[in-house]
Amino acid sequence: MTTRYLGAPIARNEDRRLLTGRALFVDDVERPGMLHVAFLRSPHAHARLGAVDLSRVRERPGVVAAYAADDLGDYWKPSPLLVPPPPIEGTIFNQRTQVPLARGKVRHVGEPVAVVVAESRYIAEDALADIAVEYQPLPAVTDLERALAPDSALVHDDVPGNVAARVHQSKGDYDSARRGAALVLHRRFRYDRGSSAPIETRGVVADWDAKAERLTVWDTTQAPVVVRDGLAAMLGLSERQVRVVAPFIGGGFGPKIMMFYPEEVLLPWLAIRLDRPVKWIEDRAEHFFATTQERSQIHDAEIALARDGRILGIRDEFLHDGGAYDPYGLTVPLNSQCTLLGPYVVPAYDSRFTAIFTNLPIVTPYRGAGRQHGVFVIERLLDIAARELGLDRAEIRRRNFIAPDAFPYDNHIIYQDFAPLHYDSGDYGPVLDKAVDAIGYRAFIAEEQPQLRTEGRRVGIGVVFYVEGTGIGPYEGARIQVQGSGRVLLATGIGTQGQGHFTSFAQIVADQIGVAVSDIDVVTGDTDQFYWGVGTFASRGAVVAGNAAHAAAKQVRAKILRTAAAHFECAEADLLLADGQVAIMGVPQRNIALGALAALANS
Amino acid sequence: MSAAHRQVTVTVNGVRHQRRVEARLLLVDFLRHELALTGTHVGCEHGVCGACTVLYDGLPVRSCLLFAPQADGHEIVTVEGLAPGGGLHPLQEAFAATHALQCGFCTPGVLITMVAFLAETPEPDEAAVREALSGNLCRCTGYQHIVDGVLLAARRVAGMR
Repeated sequence: MTTRYLGAPIARNEDRRLLTGRALFVDDVERPGMLHVAFLRSPHAHARLGAVDLSRVRERPGVVAAYAADDLGDYWKPSPLLVPPPPIEGTIFNQRTQVPLARGKVRHVGEPVAVVVAESRYIAEDALADIAVEYQPLPAVTDLERALAPDSALVHDDVPGNVAARVHQSKGDYDSARRGAALVLHRRFRYDRGSSAPIETRGVVADWDAKAERLTVWDTTQAPVVVRDGLAAMLGLSERQVRVVAPFIGGGFGPKIMMFYPEEVLLPWLAIRLDRPVKWIEDRAEHFFATTQERSQIHDAEIALARDGRILGIRDEFLHDGGAYDPYGLTVPLNSQCTLLGPYVVPAYDSRFTAIFTNLPIVTPYRGAGRQHGVFVIERLLDIAARELGLDRAEIRRRNFIAPDAFPYDNHIIYQDFAPLHYDSGDYGPVLDKAVDAIGYRAFIAEEQPQLRTEGRRVGIGVVFYVEGTGIGPYEGARIQVQGSGRVLLATGIGTQGQGHFTSFAQIVADQIGVAVSDIDVVTGDTDQFYWGVGTFASRGAVVAGNAAHAAAKQVRAKILRTAAAHFECAEADLLLADGQVAIMGVPQRNIALGALAALANS
Repeated sequence: MSAAHRQVTVTVNGVRHQRRVEARLLLVDFLRHELALTGTHVGCEHGVCGACTVLYDGLPVRSCLLFAPQADGHEIVTVEGLAPGGGLHPLQEAFAATHALQCGFCTPGVLITMVAFLAETPEPDEAAVREALSGNLCRCTGYQHIVDGVLLAARRVAGMR
């Protein structure tokens, strides 16, 4: 092998398509006879839902069908829970997942109440105005602390106190740590809500081929295989009858891993029922209510320190805003709880959280998935502690780092993947040194900042540490085929939202198989091309699917060498696999192209 | 259909098209769904994100803020028309060289906006590029590399002159 591709700066395989406007995104899918779908959404955060009158809308020219919850029959059911509650003793978890169309009550602005199918999107959207809905508005639960009060309105009538979950994790004895402390600081931290707002909103196209009895769904999802399995189960189809394609996706950031969105459940049902292809593309206004959000938490945190700045213990009690439903379990607040510990030795940790149902859009992981909230708490506490103790902010962190010889390090709590939170390795001191050098930290504090102050400019500098649990399991797979042309196909089940998978996975394979990166065709996110998989989230694509590609490529490499050794009647050790061919070492004229070898292997 | 219709004759990427469309049809929907030029993307539908930017008689416009009949008699260039003949425009080449795109959804609008900008400002400095980019949103947050790509394209084109 002459070149090592992994780690080399190379041109991306996918760029030509994206730069010339020829990459397929969901809204680019056109099918003959396709109908367009619009959703009537609740304008109320919280209301009793009475009659939904569809008689007028069904009369409008160009409208093909309209449905409310009661029209869905047995197909109406709450979405499955994606992540069960953690196996932590004493955990309370109230499962209330979202439904395809609201029934009885609406629990957040944007919750779908009715669906209209029409000959064009323009007609479908106009037609929403023909639907009469009886709402009886209720007080909205939007304040995390007031939500717990006995006289608060209830998002779910049968969930007292709006408590979605309570979890307590601890290690060591915080109370005795506190008693022995030279300094105890208590602070309240608030983290506000945000919307991921990818430039491509969500969208679904569903096409039922009645003769082939096959359903094809193009979906802006980060997890096409899981969507395929879920849809097949809901619709009573075999998994082989359902193909889910996540083509190019214009940014995911977490909310596109959520499932099942009402639109994802309903579009395939509509396509089968009406025997017509259907398309729904979320508009930007809908995105702000109908797509999941994240981040509001309130932390009451306390840190106990020794005089020299060493952490003796931390107590944190926080409220987590889960929104109206909790399909994603406790992934987000568990991430906050666990990631707070960072790279530091925290001998005593006492952390409790209460997840709360509110009349706000559903909360699921979004860019960080709760981790940074915990980071924010510990890092603010350390900054304040440094100021109180007269220590440099970098120095107080250094004094608390887990020592390089303490790994593997057991944090003695359970992580969001339900495994014990172990750090396998680490050496944080040199990282800090590099970082403060790179940003000119000391010079900034000693010279630049005072200078800026004299000019009336208040410019600051911050130091923040973060140990991120990523690459979570359970698995991904990959299939590699050397084609007769010599080009190599790599298929994997995860979707892609701009990570560069068409190149990075090709780099991994190229190094094993001895072909150029540009000679590898990568397919992601098409369940007909690769059957198994989990999804693209938690920074796991490169780690988990990348390793699957590597393992598959090693096997294909072994096969190539075995086949070529039989062909040349020589030992495998005498063969050189590079530049798209296998040659006998020292006898370069005796070679066979990979395509020819593939054909040979198939004869 | 009861809505008023209009006859539209428009040249897109050098090709003349004639269609009868609803008067209220947005230009971006006309390009994407009538002419199947889906490289122009819809991001916000109210002129904020810049993803739908096309050239209208050489000037960058938001195709989500125009009706198709307003393009009647005018010349439109979309991302598909930047490099006729299967090649790449120097700006597209520079974007590939500098990793100026991740998911690529905002990219067509960025390219069109920057083509118009470089036509007007062939040798910009970084501040001018950033100012010109301020109307295009990238949620992968890859602005630094987009700036690098625009500056590289400007240098390369200047070198060719």
